[in-house]
Amino acid sequence: MNVTRGFAGRPRVRNDGLPPGQYDARDDWPVLSAEVTPDLAPAQWTFTVDGLVAEERTWTWDEAHALPPSAYEGDIHCVTSWSKFGVRFAGVSLDAFLDLARPTAEATHAVAYSHTGYTTNLPLADLTGGRAWIVWEYGDRPLPAEHGGPARLIVPRLYFWKSAKWIAGIRLLDHDEPGFWEQNGYHHRGNPWEEQRYSGD
Amino acid sequence: MPPTTSSATASTTAPATRFAVPGRIAVSNRAAATWQCATLTEIRRETPHAATFRFAVPEWTGHLPGQHLMLRLRAEDGYVAQRHYSIASPPDDDGHVELTLDHIDGGEVSGWFHTVAKPGDEVELRGPLSGFFAWPGDRPALLIGAGSGVVPLMSMVRHHRARNLTVPLRLLVSARGPEELIYASEYGAETTAVFTRSAPEGVAVGRVAAAHVARLLADGPEGGWEAYVCGSNGFAEHASRLLVDAGQPVDRIRIERFG
Repeated sequence: MNVTRGFAGRPRVRNDGLPPGQYDARDDWPVLSAEVTPDLAPAQWTFTVDGLVAEERTWTWDEAHALPPSAYEGDIHCVTSWSKFGVRFAGVSLDAFLDLARPTAEATHAVAYSHTGYTTNLPLADLTGGRAWIVWEYGDRPLPAEHGGPARLIVPRLYFWKSAKWIAGIRLLDHDEPGFWEQNGYHHRGNPWEEQRYSGD
Repeated sequence: MPPTTSSATASTTAPATRFAVPGRIAVSNRAAATWQCATLTEIRRETPHAATFRFAVPEWTGHLPGQHLMLRLRAEDGYVAQRHYSIASPPDDDGHVELTLDHIDGGEVSGWFHTVAKPGDEVELRGPLSGFFAWPGDRPALLIGAGSGVVPLMSMVRHHRARNLTVPLRLLVSARGPEELIYASEYGAETTAVFTRSAPEGVAVGRVAAAHVARLLADGPEGGWEAYVCGSNGFAEHASRLLVDAGQPVDRIRIERFG
């Protein structure tokens, strides 16, 4: 494209951590959910792994907290073009849940679903091997409700609409099944480094 | 709660949803993925902090009220800035779209628009994007917005007017004061304006309250409203909570938050 007349952009230093088309939101953490923020107490929260698993499992808040703790420290990227560096989320690696439920050999994809009914699809490979977490703390404090508290999924390698807030479960499938935003024009995978924002990207 | 399945073999659908109302339209993948050249043709001041920017976009494939687009600017060193903006204009504006942008302190894109841009300048955009917040004009719509959150809602009001639609439509709009009310001269009987800091003489100062929402819900059409809420996150939380408390079903509230 052509240069925009008179546009210099903000002063910036080269940042190799910034995917194409993103900017550094610094201290901002915009809230981007299309639904009413649910009033969900930790005692009401459960997390289920079902579908193509050897053993369907549901964890309560206390049961999930009894699993080995794991934290993510790094960057997150939203399709609306902000990125946030050096954030810290604490919870449990999704591997810990999947290891207990044991996905069957046919499982290739997953739908993550929220207590609100929000859904998003993910290749199973993006959820395993230390790539995804169920988290309840942000920066050593309880995760705020508007950011998905009491607990949310985070999949930091993908745009953040994949990191379902108010996570209720992961259903394993043998095929890809578009979720809420994916049915509304967004890319099925959402890799920020390949700038997979919309269907057709 | 989503239902659980006990079958480990034949799970073919995502869980049933309470909230995830379907998108209102099929979104064109090609339009969403293709960058187009847009030429700025007109700038209209709306308030001391907001202006409307009109673009000629010859290849525009059309949109529905409530949809947004992505716009990008490029610096000489190749740096690109891109942002999502709601579309302010109605669909029946062939080959043109309008955006109304606040001048944000330190905003690199809004700053360029408000201090540098002039008619004849070219930018790139892609869209329309997302069918979720779209309103085709088919169902009764209750619109609640604050500040520049009124922009996608105004596209709906303009569409309603341009097409002489008879489906009920109400707009509840909040602004700091009369001078900050975007599109002030265009509102009609469908609109209630609420002022949070200063109001015209005889009008109370206050924020959108339970009484406003209760009145609109009581006055609702048979079968109720589709609610569309747009504004800052704080406003969206407040307004959507009022709607839920007043009995509006959660799955008939669509929210667009400005981060």
